[in-house]
Formats: sequence, C-alpha cells, structure tokens
Amino acid sequence: MTKLNSKTPHGPLAEKWTNYKAHQNLVNPSNKRKIDIIVVGTGLAGGAAAASFGELGFNVKNFCIQDSPRRAHSIAAQGGINAAKNYPGDGDSVYRLFYDTIKGGDYRAREANVFRLAEVSNNIIDQCVAQGVPFAREYSGYLDNRSFGGAQVSRTFYARGQTGQQLLLGAYGALSKEINKGTVKMYNRKEMLDLVVVDGKARGIITRDLISGKIERHSAHAVVIATGGYGNVFYLSTMAMSSNGGAAISSWKRGAFFGNPAFVQIHPTCIPVHGDFQSKLTLMSESLRNDGRIWVPRKKEDAEAIRAGKLNPNSLKEEDRDYYLERRYPAFGNLVPRDVASRAAKERCDAGFGVGTGLAVYLDFAASIKRLGVEVIKARYGNLFQMYEKIVDTNPYETPMMIYPAIHYAMGGLWVDYELQTTIPGLFAGGEANFSDHGANRLGASALMQGLSDGYFVLPYTVQNYLAAEIGTGPIPINTAAFDEAENKVKERINRLLNIKGTKSPDYFHKKLGHVMWDNVGMGRTKEGLEIALKEIPVLRDEFFKNLRVTGTPDEFNPELEKALRIADFFDMGELMAYDALHRKESCGGHFREEYQTPEGEALRDDDDFMYVAAWEFIGDGVKPELHKEELKYEAIEVKARNYK
Amino acid sequence: MDLTLKIWRQENAQAKGEFKNYQVKGVSKDSSFLEMLDVLNESLVDKIESPVCFDHDCREGICGMCSLYINGRPHGPDDAITTCQLHMRKFKNGETITVEPWRAKPFPVIKDLVVDRSALDEIIQSGGYTSASTGGVPDANAILISKYDSDLAMDAASCIGCGACVAACKNASAMLFVSAKVSQFALLPQGQVEKERRVQKMVAKMDELGFGNCTNTYACEMECPKEISVSNIARMNREFLGAKLFSRETV
Repeated sequence: MTKLNSKTPHGPLAEKWTNYKAHQNLVNPSNKRKIDIIVVGTGLAGGAAAASFGELGFNVKNFCIQDSPRRAHSIAAQGGINAAKNYPGDGDSVYRLFYDTIKGGDYRAREANVFRLAEVSNNIIDQCVAQGVPFAREYSGYLDNRSFGGAQVSRTFYARGQTGQQLLLGAYGALSKEINKGTVKMYNRKEMLDLVVVDGKARGIITRDLISGKIERHSAHAVVIATGGYGNVFYLSTMAMSSNGGAAISSWKRGAFFGNPAFVQIHPTCIPVHGDFQSKLTLMSESLRNDGRIWVPRKKEDAEAIRAGKLNPNSLKEEDRDYYLERRYPAFGNLVPRDVASRAAKERCDAGFGVGTGLAVYLDFAASIKRLGVEVIKARYGNLFQMYEKIVDTNPYETPMMIYPAIHYAMGGLWVDYELQTTIPGLFAGGEANFSDHGANRLGASALMQGLSDGYFVLPYTVQNYLAAEIGTGPIPINTAAFDEAENKVKERINRLLNIKGTKSPDYFHKKLGHVMWDNVGMGRTKEGLEIALKEIPVLRDEFFKNLRVTGTPDEFNPELEKALRIADFFDMGELMAYDALHRKESCGGHFREEYQTPEGEALRDDDDFMYVAAWEFIGDGVKPELHKEELKYEAIEVKARNYK
Repeated sequence: MDLTLKIWRQENAQAKGEFKNYQVKGVSKDSSFLEMLDVLNESLVDKIESPVCFDHDCREGICGMCSLYINGRPHGPDDAITTCQLHMRKFKNGETITVEPWRAKPFPVIKDLVVDRSALDEIIQSGGYTSASTGGVPDANAILISKYDSDLAMDAASCIGCGACVAACKNASAMLFVSAKVSQFALLPQGQVEKERRVQKMVAKMDELGFGNCTNTYACEMECPKEISVSNIARMNREFLGAKLFSRETV
C-alpha cells in the first residue's frame, strides 16, 4: 500500500495557506504566455479557474459538453452560498464555518483544506459582488443572509432561488471577457473521452466533437478536471442529463486514485418519483426548510387513507401529525443536515407512514403563511413554488408539498492533495469532481463555495506552483505515441459499442443499473446488498456489451452513442462505489451501513478503524481496485459524535 | 394519451429538412414534453430508426438548453416555462402536435431540432460583463445598492439565454436578450464604469451577427420563460442613445 502524501503545509492551521502562498513558485508574465492549460468543464470550478488562468496570462483551452459554458449544471443550484462574513453579527467566524463543515462532513475531510475553504469564502462574496452578481439585499442596501441546514448562524448569501445561476453567470462573464481577450479558447460541444499521460505527466486529452463525431487531440502542460459529480450512476438524480463521471473515470484508469467513491449525498427535499417514464428528479431548495415544517401522519390508518385519496392532509388535526424532525432533533429541528433529514424520511416511509405513493413526506408552509403572510412566502420561494406546481399540478400554497430524498451530489471524487493535484503529476481536479472538502456529507450552500474557492482562489496558485518547473518544456506535441495510443483506444471503445448491434437501448441498461444502485448502494446499505450489487453489476455489464443497440454512425451528432459511452463508465463507477461502501464498516454522513447504528437509529462512526480517506487505484478492467489510505488527523478540532439533538 | 407528432427532421446543416409524422401511444399526462420525446425515441430505437435529436440538459428549467417550437410557440402552450417544464396535461388526447426548431437566421440548424446559438455567446463576449479580475476587489458590503435597484437587476439577470425571444420575434431580434444583460449592469453601481462601452459594443455585435430590429410587438416578453420585461429594451435604448450622444470615448 502506497502512503499518500497530502502535502499539507507545516505550521499552525490558520497560517498554512498564507505560508504556502508566500513560498510557492511563480511563473513570470513572459513565460506564462508559453504555457498551455486545459480546463475540462465550465461550471463554477472550471469556469472560474479558466477565467482566472486567462487573467494571469496563461493560454487556456476550456472544454464544455453543452453548447455554451453558461449551461454547466452549477446553474441549477438554488439556495445559496456560505461565507464567514458574519454580517448579521450572530457569532460567525472563519473558525466556526470550518468547524461546522468538518462536523457536517462527519470528520472525514482533511482539516487543512477545509480551513482554507472557510478562509477564502469571504473573498468569493467580494469577487461575485464586484462582478455584478445581484445577491439579495436589505432595505439598507447591505447584503442579506439566511440560514441553512447544519448551522446555527445565518451565513448564506443568495439570489432568490437562483444563486447557482447568478454565480455561474458571474464566472461566465469573467470567462467571456477572457475569450474576448484571446487568453481562453472555448471548445463547446466537446466531450473528454480520455486523458493523455506522457512520461508520467498529464499532457493532454482526447475529445469527441459532439456535432461531427470527430475524435480530436489537445495538448497542454497541465490538465484540470472540473466536470462535476457522478450521481447519474443512479439514473434518477437531480443531475443534468449530460452530467457524467467519464472524465474522472478516464483519469482513474490512467492512474489517478479515486477518493471516497461511496460518499454520495442524498438530498432530502426533492419532488418524489411518480412514474417509470421519468428521466430526472427535481430538487426543491433546502432553503424551504427555513419556513416549511416536515411531517407525516402520526397514525398508520391516516397515512393509508391519505394514500388512498380518502383523506385531505389539511384536515388532519395538529395532534395527529408527526413533525418527526422537530421531535427527534429539537435543537436543529427542520434544519438538520441533509443526511440526517434524508434518513429520517426514509425511516418514516419504511415504517408505513409515507404519503403520496408511500415514498413521500409533507413539507408544509401553512404555519409560515399564517405567521408571515402569503406575500412574504411568495417573495422568498415564489419561483420554487411555481416550479413545483408546474411539475406536480397541485398548489403548494394550499396543499402541503410532497418531498422525498434523491441522489444529489458526490462528495467522493478524484483524490487530490492540498494543491488539488491528483496522483498523476500535472492532473488537477476542482469542484465536485475532486473528493473534496465535504467529508462524508456536504452542508447546504457549501458546494457553490467550494467550486468557486477551487476555481478563483486555489487552483490559480497551486497549478502555477506546478507549472514553474515547466517553463523550459516548450509546446507539447500531439503527434506522439501516447496520443496515438489514447486516440486509438477511444476509437476502439466507440467501434465496440456500435458493432454490438443488439436489441436494447442505452437507456434500458442505464435504468437497470440505476435500480441496482438505488436498491443496494443507496440510502441504506448492508453487506448483503453491496455483495448483490457487486454480483449484479458485472452481469449487467456483460449483457450491455452483448445486447446493446446504438443507432446511427460515429461520425454524426449521435446522442445514443454519447449515452452508451457514459453508461459503460457508469458500470465501472457503480462497482467502485460498491467496493468502497462494502469496505467501510461504519456509518458516517451520506454512507449509512444499517449494521452500524445506535439504538436510536443514528449513524455510528468507527474512528479507530476508519478515520481515513479511502483512495482506490485502478488495477485493470474487472479486477478489484487496490485500496490506499490517507489517515486523517485533527489538530485544531476535537472529534466528537455528531449531535443535532 | 395517444398523440400524433409532426416533427421537423433535418440530417445536418446542409440538408433539406422536412416534417415527419409519428404516433405515440400511452403517454402519461404527468410526463414532461421531453420525457414524451424520450418515449418516442425509445420506440424509434426499437424499430432501428434514427431517434429525434433535441437539445436538453438540466430538465429543471434553468440551463436554457431546451429549445422547441411547439404548435407555433417557443417552449409550447404554457406561460413562463421552458420546454422541459411543459407537461403533457397541457395537451388533449388525440391531438396533433407540431414540433420545430428555433427558426432564426443567426441560429442555423445543426440536426433535427438542435440549433446553433453561439451567436448569443458572442454578444456577451463583446462586453456583457464587468471587467473585474479575480482578487483585489473591495469588501462586498462596501458597495451599497438599494433593494429596489438590486431586485430590478435580478429580474433582468434571470435570463437563461435560451433564445426563445429571438425565435418568437418575426424579425429574429435579440433585443430582449441583449437588453436584459445591459439592464442588469446599468442598474448596478458595479456596471457604471463600463456602461457606455458595453451597450455600444453589444448592440454593434448583435447587428453584425444578423439579428433583426425590434418593432415593438412584445412577442419576446410573451414567450420568455423567465418573464423578462420589455421595459429592459426601453432602458437599453436610453443607454444606447445616451452613450452615442454623450460618450467621450469612441467605441
């Protein structure tokens, strides 16, 4: 087992980042012009990094799977972004944001990274305001804050229910400015299909042009992966349709270790599943939990009557309702962290108290509407209520919303050190694509913070530190054996899929894989279930490679081929997640092993045996990957059981 | 529900397109329009026919990628939504539904219902931002902004860049799109330094790319999924005129 080196700088926690920046290597302006950087992805991490590299004077090649960088899935984030500004004067600080994030992540994140995240959080807000991001304001003209799950202070900045959109458009503006200047060259509608490693260093990527189908080579002195998470392994999730783990999986197969793949977040407030034609699940922002109360009927017979359509939830008396979060967690109530809220909803529904299809609970605004008036609720959540009504066809101002947990975010991702560099020199990963600062569970409004932190304030420093040794390298040629090999491999993968000529569509297999994953590697995991997943996934993969039908040709706009390529990766990803979940014999954050819980049903961590990051090394197709461990040490923080009671 | 779909099929940008009819049966009224197309495409794959290509991504009404012209309206027969949020309960059993791509000269067809909207990116690249670089900016609360102006700026900033306004306009004008970005910055103190340059650059780029003029039919506002107001166009015209008349700098 290799010992992983996190390269955490020495010195007191609060001074590590300052010291790092003071002593890192820099590249002078005339040399920056001679250095190329590839950034894959244009969301908050990728877009912000590409723009910042461009501003510094590097040559940037930025790749986008959609038709425009403005459409990256960061755009769909609703609720807000955290920062330790303490503008409301309610006791917040950099330390408290750091502490809440570590605790929220169930003590499975690297201390130094999380402290840096909290430290630069304030710069992010300043930067976004300078860009003209229209954050919500008070009548005084100052910025407004609201509270979010897992925190007892109000530290969340927001732009109605469209915070992700506004932050992304801020980064897109910065990126557009650099494209106009010529420092960033934008490559739209291209999908990365492989990483090119030359003499042990990341030197380029192979892409497929999604319009012409052309396979292309791109070289650079460093490559940044910012392609988001792999939640679509589950088929139904809150991810966009094109979100995929392909770039990360390709990098993993080229030697980058994968960190904590089992850690995925299940978001408690999504619109419940209602049919097998469904293609995705829609999130209802966590901010709704500020004013909405979550409940199910107290009596089973009432739940049954509601499910049968014989009883209207509004007619149920107060004493016949079970506000189970307020009951179980009086200190945090409806604002417990996401993993806790999700598990509690599952527990009630599994026990037979669910409403709707049986897999749903109520999120009720009646009390808040009575207290604040309908206009206040409309101003806060109008767009979310409208979205709910369009999808479900009931009016949430009158009938309580129905919600259920859904796959939302991947805390796991490519293992990176303090510099966000993977185990392949020159390959960096930012945002959701890295195994991140969120440990085993991410707090609400922290994804936007981490994406922009990595993109604006971390990668521009750390990538430069790496590139300082590359100033004499010269342009990276693309007519070399490594590029030949990678391109041929991609073409073989494509031809293999097209030549199967079976009878089942890519979506058929994706749905099947999704069921295996949700049933066995979802919210409640067991040894038996995970072993079933590890048996069923290879069987399904075999069937996929025997009986897949991909219509059309490789040399055209072909969404069926795109899907097939991604699903092939999802099999590997699903397997990797199951291996990781099976080996981690404890419950922490989003990873809940039913064998390991307290008598009250709370997650039971095992710090003696599992206080480490599991980093998995690819050994070969169909072979169990090798586990490496990065031990986590907490110096500035006391490790405790998480308690939201 | 059983439906007849009359869908525009076009092999690529050079090919001549045509309408083709398809029958779909047993569609759930609770499915979205795009999920209905998924069902159609699955049935086409079953018959080894080529599935209908259409743009889509987030499927929650915010990315702006979906772009269908349904029964003569961008994003179909419902107000204030994108195609992915349009649900089949808005249609009747047995109905014939016509589905076309955005039709506008600056948006050439790529394949079937997919069009190239990179012209909108080019307009933003010409000046739709503040030029603040990363770092070295003042504290966020050092810039006071009235809630009223901030809310108006947010109304304008909620544009998702889908291009429905262009598709709805008989002149294929992009005025609503451009004016939303110009307004966002014109309303905010951060946007003042570059406001004269910005409006002139963006309008010039819009004209250069072949978008038409505004003749005040307000079809754009009607069809905008984010209900962006045409008052932004009036604001942009004022900004443009002011910049042309009083700017000390030639842009």
